[in-house]
Amino acid sequence: MDLITMNNLTNEESISLLEDAKKLVPVAEGSVHLPLLQGKVLANLFFENSTRTRLSFETAMKRLGGEVLNLSEVGSSVKKGETLYDTMQMIDGYADVAAIRHPKQGAAQYAADAVNIPILNAGDGAGNHPTQTLLDLFTIRQGQGKIEGLNVLLVGDLRYGRTVHSLSHALGRFGASLTLVSPNSLKMPEEIVSDLKSMGCDVQESDNLSSSLESSDVVYMTRIQRERFPDEAEYEKVAGIYKLSKENLSSVRSGMMIMHPLPRVNEIHSSIDSTQYAWYFKQAFNGVPTRMALLCRSLGVDVPEVIG
Amino acid sequence: MRRVSAICNGTVIDHIPAGNALQVLRMLHIDGSQSNPISLVMNVPSSKVVRKDVLKIEDRELSQEELDRLALVASSASIAIIRNYGVAEKRQIELGEELVDIAKCSFFNCITQNSSEPLPHRLKVLSTDPIEIRCAYCTRSQSLAQIIDSLI
Repeated sequence: MDLITMNNLTNEESISLLEDAKKLVPVAEGSVHLPLLQGKVLANLFFENSTRTRLSFETAMKRLGGEVLNLSEVGSSVKKGETLYDTMQMIDGYADVAAIRHPKQGAAQYAADAVNIPILNAGDGAGNHPTQTLLDLFTIRQGQGKIEGLNVLLVGDLRYGRTVHSLSHALGRFGASLTLVSPNSLKMPEEIVSDLKSMGCDVQESDNLSSSLESSDVVYMTRIQRERFPDEAEYEKVAGIYKLSKENLSSVRSGMMIMHPLPRVNEIHSSIDSTQYAWYFKQAFNGVPTRMALLCRSLGVDVPEVIG
Repeated sequence: MRRVSAICNGTVIDHIPAGNALQVLRMLHIDGSQSNPISLVMNVPSSKVVRKDVLKIEDRELSQEELDRLALVASSASIAIIRNYGVAEKRQIELGEELVDIAKCSFFNCITQNSSEPLPHRLKVLSTDPIEIRCAYCTRSQSLAQIIDSLI
């Protein structure tokens, strides 16, 4: 099974993965030893920098008894001009499953077309990031117990932010209402807004964060990504435009969750970290059990009903 | 009134939407460098549609694959293969679910922009009315003008 976009999973399949992830939490924490993937090899193909995604894939594989090969672009044959197709032919022979992050959009689908082993998209340019979406859905269910009917604010760089591209599709399919908050130059791509509307999702667009905070169940902040801007001057115009601090939270719902795919720059002030609203560090941990569940699913290994 | 005389052998593409014949020529890679006679009329009155374009290509029978490329700009055109002044075959144009190696994705950051990558260029047809086509890799929408500019 490949996971390139959230469209590769039905809602039922997503829920089933999240249920597996829930069962795997003690294994992710290291309190239970469960070598389900012993003898299997994951290739971590990161043609672009990553901290959380790469490390959590590696931890997920190792906690399940598997091995990890790490490829980074620096010094690799990619620098010497090797095509992605050729790199993938090599990986096809070395690993049982591959997680790929690449600066070019569409690279994960391309890699999946090139080889037979399962390909997991760990972020392709400004395209998709479905494994982040799975851990985001896991976190939302952990905090709210459901997804349907929630008011979710997606805030910041919606144009280049691949996490919100994948997440918005999934939230729309699960029946959440979305408010897309961004400056005009960083609005959600038209294709995605059109997809959301055609699936019947209640979707609003706004450039004002504070006016929507009170009615929100989840506020999903994103970093304005300097590296995706073709022009530094355009970046400077919008950098730091949306910031949350404790003072902004006086009239929010008591169960409201603040999430962030991290790293943050200045979108969320550290004064929020110790409040009940802060979910971003739990969210980062949740990458491990969700990626464990996904690795098992892609390799055809069933997660036992009872663990521990 | 017949504006162009009958051809002995070749392909006649009739009922091209008025004004689209030049796009049809581009999609068939007809650029004037070939030696066979080609007749083109544009914006002529038609009993079936108000105005139409007609293209007559002598001494060349277009393959079904070539004709299917025209689905994007002339899906309602009628095709006749002419042999010895008679209609030997009538063909239909069909727009499939995917356009393989017909045009490149026009998005600057798509993986397929690297010309060394060997896999075929694939554009998915999501709907025909209105027409919506996206790259199978990067999923970016492609306008008709972009596709015509990126023909392979």
